[in-house]
Amino acid sequence: MSDLETFRRETRAWLEANCPPEMRRPMTSESDTYWGGRNAKFTSEPQRVWFERMRDKGWTVPDWPKEYGGGGLDRAEHKVLREEMAAMGARAPLSSFGIWMLGPALLKYGNEAQKKEHLPKIAAGLIRWCQGYSEPNAGSDLASLQTRAESDGDDYLINGQKIWTSYANYADWIFCLVRTDPAVKKHDGISFILFDMASKGVSTKPILLISGYSPFCETFFDNVRVPKSHVVGTVNRGWDVAKYLLQHERAMISGTGERGIGRPLGQVAADSVGSDDSGRLDDAMLRGQIATFDIDEAAFAAVAERAIDLAKAGQSHPAFSSAMKYYGTELNKRRHEILMSAGGIDALEWESDRSRGGARPRAWLRTKANSIEGGTSEVMLGIVAKRILDLPGA
Amino acid sequence: MPLVLTEEQSMLRDSARGLISDKAPVAHLRQLRDGKDETGFSRDLWKAFAEMGFSGLLVPENFGGSGLGYVEAGVVMEEIGRTLMPSPFLSTAVLAASALSRGGSEAQKSVHLPKIADGSLLAALAVDEGTKHRPLQIGLQAVRSGNGFKLSGAKALVVDGHTADLLIVAARTGGAAGDRNGLTLFLVDPKAKGVAVERTVMVDAHNAARIEFSNVEVNADQVLGEVDQGGVLLDGVLNIGRGAVASEMVGLSEEVFGRTVTYLKERKQFGKLIGEFQALQHRAAQLYIDIEITRSAVLKALQTLDGDFDHAGAAIAVAKARAGTTATLAVQEGVQMHGGMGMTDQFDIGFFMKRARVCQELFGDSNYHADQLARMKSY
Repeated sequence: MSDLETFRRETRAWLEANCPPEMRRPMTSESDTYWGGRNAKFTSEPQRVWFERMRDKGWTVPDWPKEYGGGGLDRAEHKVLREEMAAMGARAPLSSFGIWMLGPALLKYGNEAQKKEHLPKIAAGLIRWCQGYSEPNAGSDLASLQTRAESDGDDYLINGQKIWTSYANYADWIFCLVRTDPAVKKHDGISFILFDMASKGVSTKPILLISGYSPFCETFFDNVRVPKSHVVGTVNRGWDVAKYLLQHERAMISGTGERGIGRPLGQVAADSVGSDDSGRLDDAMLRGQIATFDIDEAAFAAVAERAIDLAKAGQSHPAFSSAMKYYGTELNKRRHEILMSAGGIDALEWESDRSRGGARPRAWLRTKANSIEGGTSEVMLGIVAKRILDLPGA
Repeated sequence: MPLVLTEEQSMLRDSARGLISDKAPVAHLRQLRDGKDETGFSRDLWKAFAEMGFSGLLVPENFGGSGLGYVEAGVVMEEIGRTLMPSPFLSTAVLAASALSRGGSEAQKSVHLPKIADGSLLAALAVDEGTKHRPLQIGLQAVRSGNGFKLSGAKALVVDGHTADLLIVAARTGGAAGDRNGLTLFLVDPKAKGVAVERTVMVDAHNAARIEFSNVEVNADQVLGEVDQGGVLLDGVLNIGRGAVASEMVGLSEEVFGRTVTYLKERKQFGKLIGEFQALQHRAAQLYIDIEITRSAVLKALQTLDGDFDHAGAAIAVAKARAGTTATLAVQEGVQMHGGMGMTDQFDIGFFMKRARVCQELFGDSNYHADQLARMKSY
């Protein structure tokens, strides 16, 4: 038996023994997600148990080095762990922008002191991070951001405003893009900096969205004092870090959605729409839409698998995450359009217990942000056209 | 198994590409079409295919082949798709070789498989009858007669039926149209009394025939597999064909796309390269993404055929449906983005559009496979 097969067998056995049954069911609401952080509370005992067991094994971040609190798995082992967790429907023990976005950027660009300080706290779910990227006048054109960091001895004084800061009102720390040199070309005067959201001068204001939820905030900085040592990478080269991190963010967003878990979409639709005499979903056009969706979803699962295998073989294009982000988010929007159509009148209720507080329409509306956040679909297509297809023009 | 080609498979691709791009560029197809070639493909080239081991790629080693898998067959099909090379590879090396290997008796295998491997036998699979691919609707009757059967009925879109030395005919020995039970496959000599082959010149200048059977007598030893139980064998062979045609469509799509992107970087209008226009950039990017996704789905399906044959149905339906949709989009965008040039016969792009239409229809189009997937998932 190969080492990898042994690893698979042991992993499966460990997961079987340690993943509580409650943690093997699909998540149904936001409270099922554990985000960690200074003020984190577990919403159930199984959630706590599962998190702590995975944390102790380093499997909140299975592929990070052990010295930073990770599991030290190589790509092949990590793939096995993902497959085994997916096979039993095991939930992620910890969700975190620190894991998905900041961690990879720190591993690549951070100095040793920064890695030692921040990575273990991310792995252990002690610090919850938020991302300070977009500004009111810097959305798709992110590099035109205006939040400025002015030198004051060993510190910077930061002034400006961010927007669409996910969960800023719950976050402990922020990784933030600031302008450290306003005199040069827009891409060349940006730095990537970390600071505590409890610092004097930081304030947040949740934004009410069409879903009725407020997952995003406006975040304001008024003379926030941050040590210069908190810059990640080189001063004024923050755009490199930002782009690298965006690749990870896009890969993360492209995986949004509950693919292949639970009952097939067509059967979910048949529950509400009904079936005809031959047992088929009693809406031929909807049936066709769902079948086409299922085909595209299965094909997308294949390309996601292939993208990982290509990366492993050193054959992947760095901009391919933009292709994945584009297709994955458009697919998730389609899924929720179908769910709304299948839900019909029942899916229009917004508050009743019967509708679990309008869970379906709220989730549907939430997905509309998928093709905007982390770079719009149009920006993604532009990146593919220029960086992969090498089409001409700025 | 990683969803990328192995080193051996990449080498196979390189050698197939070398031969095909050298000996059979699109100009080869154009020449056969314009010369109204009687055969419709090059027998010399088929010999070269045999010498390279391609004709016996799926034939087991003990019958003179190389005993490779469906991923490898797909690799060759993809290269065929790039230049639209007309060749008996699909009909003989993929469909007939699979049908015989999977369903044949030892005697049938020893007679036919070595000849497929050495390139001396051409064979064709006769399934479709109506306007659309509906294998369960097969109505060609095989009535028991003495020690054998008498076949009566008609088949359409028999790929390479005009040159076949051996026909594999799906017939109904029991049940009614729509039933899976009661289907039987027969090995039929096209020269037998009562067989009438009409070569049909096709939109894509590839090769097919309509074949009529009037009381054609066959012996019991010409049954391939078991009487009335041919449905499972036929399903398997059709799935192999679907995977192969999906691969051809991946090659075709990628080639059309490559030519189109090149054109976007050359053609100037309004003082700019047309590839600078965002309207075209975004469409090109979407098509690129579609092709990458389809390529992955097709490789997944072929790997599933190789590794878990009996459970490959869903992956094959996904692959064939995706490949059909992607190829259709690729050729439409190809012609549109080439503007007036795309409408001319002198330009190659139209050949790809015509071939994509035939590939869509072969063994079930995208709608057919979407419906099949819905049935598999019980909705």
